[in-house]
Amino acid sequence: MSSILPQLLTGLATASSLFLISAGLTIIFGVSRIVNFSHGSLMMLGAYIGWSILTRLPREPEWFALGILATALATALIGVVLEMAVLRRVYRSPELFQLLATFGVVLIIQDVTLLLWGPTELPLPRPRWLRGFVEVAGSRFPLYDLVLIAIGPLVLGLLWLALNRTRWGTLVRAATLDREMVAALGVDQRRLFTSVFALGAGLAGLGGALSLPNASANLGIDLSVIADAFVVVVVGGLGSLPGAFLASVLIGVLQAFGIVLVPKITLVLVFLVMAVVLVFRPNGLLGRPQTEAREATVAAPVVRPAPPALRLLGAAALALAVAAPFIVGGYYLTVLTDACVAILFAASLHFMMGPGGMASFGHAAWFGIGAYAAGLLLHWAGAPMPLGLLAAPVAAGIVSGLFGWFVVRLSGVYLAMLTLAFAQIAWAVSFQWVEVTGGDNGLLGVWPPDWARDPRPYYWMALALSVGVALLLRRALYAPYGYALRAARDSAPRARAIGLDVERLRIVALVIAGAACGLGGAIFAYGKGGVFPTYISIPHSVEALLMVLLGGLQTVAGPIIGALVYTGLADILVRSTDLWRLVLGAVIVVLVVAFPEGIAGAVRRLWLRGREA
Amino acid sequence: MLAVHGLNTHYGRAHILQDMAFEVGAGEAMVLLGRNGAGKSTAMKSIIGLVQPTSGRILFGGRDIAGEAPHRIARSGLGYVPEDRRVFADLTVMENLEVGRQPAREGLRPWTPARLFELFPNLGRMRDRPGGRMSGGEQQMLTIARTLMGNPRLVLLDEPSEGLAPVIVQAMAEAILALKAEGLTILLAEQNSHFAEGIADRATVVEKGRAVWSGTMAALRADESVRAQYLAL
Repeated sequence: MSSILPQLLTGLATASSLFLISAGLTIIFGVSRIVNFSHGSLMMLGAYIGWSILTRLPREPEWFALGILATALATALIGVVLEMAVLRRVYRSPELFQLLATFGVVLIIQDVTLLLWGPTELPLPRPRWLRGFVEVAGSRFPLYDLVLIAIGPLVLGLLWLALNRTRWGTLVRAATLDREMVAALGVDQRRLFTSVFALGAGLAGLGGALSLPNASANLGIDLSVIADAFVVVVVGGLGSLPGAFLASVLIGVLQAFGIVLVPKITLVLVFLVMAVVLVFRPNGLLGRPQTEAREATVAAPVVRPAPPALRLLGAAALALAVAAPFIVGGYYLTVLTDACVAILFAASLHFMMGPGGMASFGHAAWFGIGAYAAGLLLHWAGAPMPLGLLAAPVAAGIVSGLFGWFVVRLSGVYLAMLTLAFAQIAWAVSFQWVEVTGGDNGLLGVWPPDWARDPRPYYWMALALSVGVALLLRRALYAPYGYALRAARDSAPRARAIGLDVERLRIVALVIAGAACGLGGAIFAYGKGGVFPTYISIPHSVEALLMVLLGGLQTVAGPIIGALVYTGLADILVRSTDLWRLVLGAVIVVLVVAFPEGIAGAVRRLWLRGREA
Repeated sequence: MLAVHGLNTHYGRAHILQDMAFEVGAGEAMVLLGRNGAGKSTAMKSIIGLVQPTSGRILFGGRDIAGEAPHRIARSGLGYVPEDRRVFADLTVMENLEVGRQPAREGLRPWTPARLFELFPNLGRMRDRPGGRMSGGEQQMLTIARTLMGNPRLVLLDEPSEGLAPVIVQAMAEAILALKAEGLTILLAEQNSHFAEGIADRATVVEKGRAVWSGTMAALRADESVRAQYLAL
């Protein structure tokens, strides 16, 4: 009994931290409808800036408080710069491009932070008063955690006042409902958005600085935080501040008790909470059904067959690909094999995202599940490669079907965030379940049989499988099923009205995409001789998105071209500069701002324009 | 006060407004008459800047405002009351009015909530009610009141009588007449001339994105052929 109260307090302290990171995210989303991927990066900057400020200030409590506030202000300023330089330019772009642009910012901030503060973790030397303890129910409880517990509700209260008792807040709330109307009433939206973004960024910075005494400034904060924040925001209901608070408390407290009862369950527990909440309340605890943000929406891209000349070009490229082993040597052959895998990776994502209308930020999950299915079968049952290549798509397909059953009723942004959260959990399982998966060391010795050891036959096999699957995906797209799927994407109510089972169509799309992606994972695993948790990492998921969006959603060839271009670019980049994240991030941001339709889309438009003129 | 010349607006490839032209004089009430889909709403959205016109000029107080940002156009003294009301459903009546509030304009008696509640007594009795929990007529009054809080010199009223009960329509007409008496310039859009009859001084008949007829209300009443050709259902 005596351990309940301290455990509860620990949970509440966690809840406060969770709330601080999710509050800014949910406020920014509410107004701008942008899911800000770089929110975790802003928190990371807050931690680093906070470290730099706090280590230079006297160590008394009042200076500590001042340093924290200065950090929040500094991060808010960075937020202003970010909003004006990047986000402002993509408010009218499709959702995914916005997400992608903010991910470009994540990459840029990663490298900039690395350049400024170096790769080592920076712990904050804690003054004595910060190390104090309070006697609670017979056990010692850290004083700082009590401070944290107080800060959460305090921030919630202040935000509530700002939103409900000021003109600024009234305008913000009006803009979340109908920004066009707000503009027509003479309110400068751009300034409003900038101020909201600054507030959100400031909150992230505050959270980062306040996390310092219990943790440290390190380069892993950005992605670990963003997954947590996504879960909290989704559970609480997108855009709902009280919802975010409630979800923080729920998750924080459950986590605190979960750790005591079943130490390894924490991550799965978070997912379970999310699943249960979403089954009963698809819009989160206090969220409301998403109304269409009133603004001219861009019609979803129509996928059309390629013109004959382009098909000829594709056939020529394929012939060249088949002949490649006679032309290039070992290293480039492995790059080409990677490209085949990338094609599966991108084409499968395109299938659910383009025609299916379901964006995913966790596509690497299926890739990893396929790879682990093959690897585990070999490792624990000695199954040969053909069996592994068969098991991989089956396993990934089954899991994505199960996952689909939970999420299929959710709309775009929720779905994208949940795929990310699910991928994080798959990653955590592969990372933490050391006994089975080998943890960080991965599974080694996952080699193909002798006949496929040589790069050439292996490349041909990869090429045959990826082209075959890509053609099958294309076939499905132009089959009645594909038309039905696109109808469901364009208007679910109308599709239902003509008798289509929208949920089933979507689950099937998820299963197909998951299976194709899982096959890619297995091919990759045998090619590299191992399976590692990095296969499921967030950056890997984003690679798939990049490929698809580079190529554009409008064409079947798009993801393939995107995969090839991306693989080539990444190969060159990684070999030529240490700052590849910075360069890649900048390229993403520029591309999103300049080509909202992707490479293939732009080429196609130019091609057609040439024809029509 | 407002002059539209050769205005063209496209939605994607569809050419909606085709060389639209009309004028509204200071203190005047002019009505754009036309069937559903004739381009009345698009004309209004083009004027306030919610839709970008492809070409043409929109002179307001002598300044070309075509293509400017909506908030700039609104701040220059143009008020817009949209056809589907668009009250902020989660905001109370007072908060809705607050969103519309802009600084007082030179030479105009500034609008305050108190003054607006004289014009729309209903609203005064439900200051703290969320916009989403009001009847259609109440919402329509709130949108007009909200726009007036910006102290406009001219208001664009897009079908203010649409979907309202006859009694409410009557009250609406009286309120608009009161505004006109204050000297407010009004551009009204309506599907049939009945509601406009008692309010407007002049009419421009719109058909397929073009202005096809223009004249006084009396002339329109007299011209049976125009009404039969463009306004009959």
